[in-house]
Amino acid sequence: MSAREKPRLGVFKFSSCDGCQLSLLDCELELLAVTDAVEIAYFLEATRKDMKGPFDVVLVEGSITTPHEAELIRQIRKSAKVLITIGACATSGGIQALRNFADVNGFLDIVYARPDYIETLDTATPIADHVQVDFELRGCPINKYQLLEVLNAFLNHRKPNIPNYAECIECKQRGTVCVMVAKGVACLGPVTQAGCGGLCPASHRGCFGCFGPMESPNTTALADRFLNELGQDKGTVLRAFRSFNANAPAFREESLKHE
Amino acid sequence: MSNRVIKVDALARVEGEGSLYVRVKDNEIKEVRFGIFEPPRFFEAFLQGRHFMEVPDITARICGICPIAYQMGAIQAMENAFGVEVPGPIRDLRRLIYCGEWIESHALHVYMLHAPDFLGLSDAIQLAKSNRDLVQKALRLKKIGNDLLEAVGGGRAIHPVNMRVGGFFRTPRKAEIRALIPDLEWAIQASHDTIRLVGGFNFPDIEQNYTFVSLRHDREYAIHEGRVVSNRGLDIGLPEFLDHFDEEHVKHSNALHGFQKPGKQPYHVGPLARYAINYDRLHPETLSAAKSAGLGPVVRNPFQSIVVRSLEILQVCLDALTIAKNYEEPDQPHTEPVVRAAVGYGATEAPRGLCFHRYEIDDQGLVKTARIMPPTAQNQKIIESDLWKVVAAHLSLPDEDLKWRCEQAIRNYDPCISCATHFLKLTVDRE
Ligand code: SF4
Ligand code: SF4
Ligand code: SF4
Repeated sequence: MSAREKPRLGVFKFSSCDGCQLSLLDCELELLAVTDAVEIAYFLEATRKDMKGPFDVVLVEGSITTPHEAELIRQIRKSAKVLITIGACATSGGIQALRNFADVNGFLDIVYARPDYIETLDTATPIADHVQVDFELRGCPINKYQLLEVLNAFLNHRKPNIPNYAECIECKQRGTVCVMVAKGVACLGPVTQAGCGGLCPASHRGCFGCFGPMESPNTTALADRFLNELGQDKGTVLRAFRSFNANAPAFREESLKHE
Repeated sequence: MSNRVIKVDALARVEGEGSLYVRVKDNEIKEVRFGIFEPPRFFEAFLQGRHFMEVPDITARICGICPIAYQMGAIQAMENAFGVEVPGPIRDLRRLIYCGEWIESHALHVYMLHAPDFLGLSDAIQLAKSNRDLVQKALRLKKIGNDLLEAVGGGRAIHPVNMRVGGFFRTPRKAEIRALIPDLEWAIQASHDTIRLVGGFNFPDIEQNYTFVSLRHDREYAIHEGRVVSNRGLDIGLPEFLDHFDEEHVKHSNALHGFQKPGKQPYHVGPLARYAINYDRLHPETLSAAKSAGLGPVVRNPFQSIVVRSLEILQVCLDALTIAKNYEEPDQPHTEPVVRAAVGYGATEAPRGLCFHRYEIDDQGLVKTARIMPPTAQNQKIIESDLWKVVAAHLSLPDEDLKWRCEQAIRNYDPCISCATHFLKLTVDRE
C-alpha cells in the first residue's frame, strides 16, 4: 500500500493529563507496526507535522472544560469518519469533573490570584455530551492492549472486543483472593467495568473505579455494604464514588445520595 | 519588513499545549510571552476535603508522563506530617520505581521528542524511516523504564496503583525484581550509545548565566529526597521553600509563573540544574561518560540539556541495577501512619525538575489546604528569558525557521504542560 492510501489517524487532546495518548507511545513493541499501518496525521505529543483532516480515525483524550474546547470538538467531529474517545476524562469528564459538584468560582479563587484571566466552563463534561461518538474506551488511564484492539477493529471495520462485565470477573480469571471478602477492604470492583486486568486487588487493595461504572451496576447495594458491613461513614462512601469517574451517571447519582 | 509578529499556536512534541508570542519592531524584540493554555483543572482546590490516603492517586492524574513525581511528593509530604519513617528496602523500592519513570520519560523525550530537532526531522516516525534500528533501541530503552514501573507499581506504568503513604500495598517478590537485571545491563550499554550519539549533535551557541535550583542529597544523585540547594549559596530544608520561592499569575498564561524572592528572579530547574548541583554525586561511570562527551561540571547551554538527560539515563540505570541486585523483600509492605493534625512537606526531582508539595491535614486525616509547585511552572520565566536570547540571535531567519528554533528552545525544558496544570501557540508580531 502506498503512503497515500494508508488510513489517516488523528489524536487530539482536551482537558486531561496526557496519560491516555501516552498509552499509544507506550505500545513500544507494537508502535512501529502501528505507524506502518496508519498515517499519523495529527498527534501533537509526537510530531510537529500539522496536517488538516479529513481523518479516518480520530482518538480524543480529555474532557470539555472551556468554550474554546466545546467549539473545537465540533470542528474535529466534522473532519472525522470515526471518532473514538479514550479515557475517563473523555468518556465521563474525568477527575476535573469534581468541579461539577461545586461552585467553580470558589475553585478559581483557591488556585488563581487573578481569576479574571481565566476562561473556563462551570463543568467538565464528556465528549459524547457535545458530539456523536462512535466508541468509548474506558480507563484512567486506558489499557494499551485494549487501545490496540479498538484501533485494529475500526481499521478493519469490525466491532471491538471490549468486555463490559464487572472488575470482579478479572479477579476470578486471575485467581486473586477477594480483598473485600478476605480482608474487609472496601472495593468498587463489583460495580466497575473490567479492563485493567484486575490490578488493584492483585496489589492487595480495593478497586477505586478508574474504569467507571459497568453496565447496570448495583451501586446502592455496594454502598450499603460499605456502610453496614465495612463500617464506613457517609463521607467515605461519597468520596469513593466521587473520583476519576465522578460525573458518570451511575457514580454521580450514588455519590449525591451520601451528601 | 521591519516589523513582525511570530505566532506558534500549538507547540508539538511537548506534553500538553502551549503558545508563544513574539513582537519585533525595527529588528528589536519588544515582547516575548510564553503561555500555557492548558485549561485549568483545579487540583489544589478539589484536594481540599479528600482523605490523605486518596491524595496520591489523585495527584498522579496531574500528569500522565510523570505520575510518580506527583504520587511520591504527596506521599512523602503526608509521611512528613505524620512522622512516618520508612525502612531501607521500601526506600530502595521507591528509588527504583522513580528510576523507571526517569528512564521512560527521558528516553521518550531524548529520542522521540527532542532528537528529531537536531536531525532536522519532524518526528520519530521519520527517524524510524531513516534509522529504524535506532528507534527500536530507543523504544526498548523506554520499555525497560516502563517495566520497572510496572514491576514495582502494581502492573501499570501510567498511574501505578501500588504506592501508598507508609510504603506499598504489596511489595514485589525478590524474583520479580531480580528478573529486571539483564535488561538493565543492556540499558546501561544503550545509554552509553545514546550519550555518544547526542553528544555529537550541533548545538546553537547560547549560554545563560542561570540560577540553578535542585535537590541535593548527602550521598546520592538527588532524585527522591534532599535539601533544596542553588548554585548561588541557597541551602534550605523543605519547610523553608515557600519563604524563598513563589508563583505569580500573569495574563498571558494559565500556568502560574514561579520566581525566587526577592526581586521575582527567574530560576532554572531540571537536568542542567541537577547536574550542576550534584556533579560530585554522579556515578564514576557517568562522570567519565560526561567527560568523553566534552561536558564540564556545569552546562549553561540549554540546547545541551539533551546530553545531560542522556547522562541521567545512564546514572539511573546504574542506580537501578544496584538496587535490583541488592533487593531483599521487606518484612512489612508499609508502616501504618497515625493520623494527627499537621502540615507536611515533600519534594522530589521529576524528570523535568523540582516538584514541591505542601499539605495541611486535619485530625481526621482530611486535607485542609494543598499547594503544589510543578517544575514547568517554576521554569516559565527562564524559558521566556531563553526565548528572548534565541529570537535575538536568529532574527534574520524567516518566520517558519525562527518558529522552529523557538519551539526547540522550549522543548529543551521538556515542559510538561499538563502538569503546569495547563500549551504552544507562537505569534511573532513584526510590526
Ligand atoms: S483519563 Fe486519566 S489517564 Fe487518561 S487523560 Fe484523563 S486523567 Fe489522564
Ligand atoms: S477484590 Fe474487588 S474486584 Fe476482586 S472480586 Fe473482590 S470485590 Fe470483586
Ligand atoms: S482495579 Fe479498579 S481502580 Fe484499580 S486499576 Fe483496575 S479499574 Fe482502576
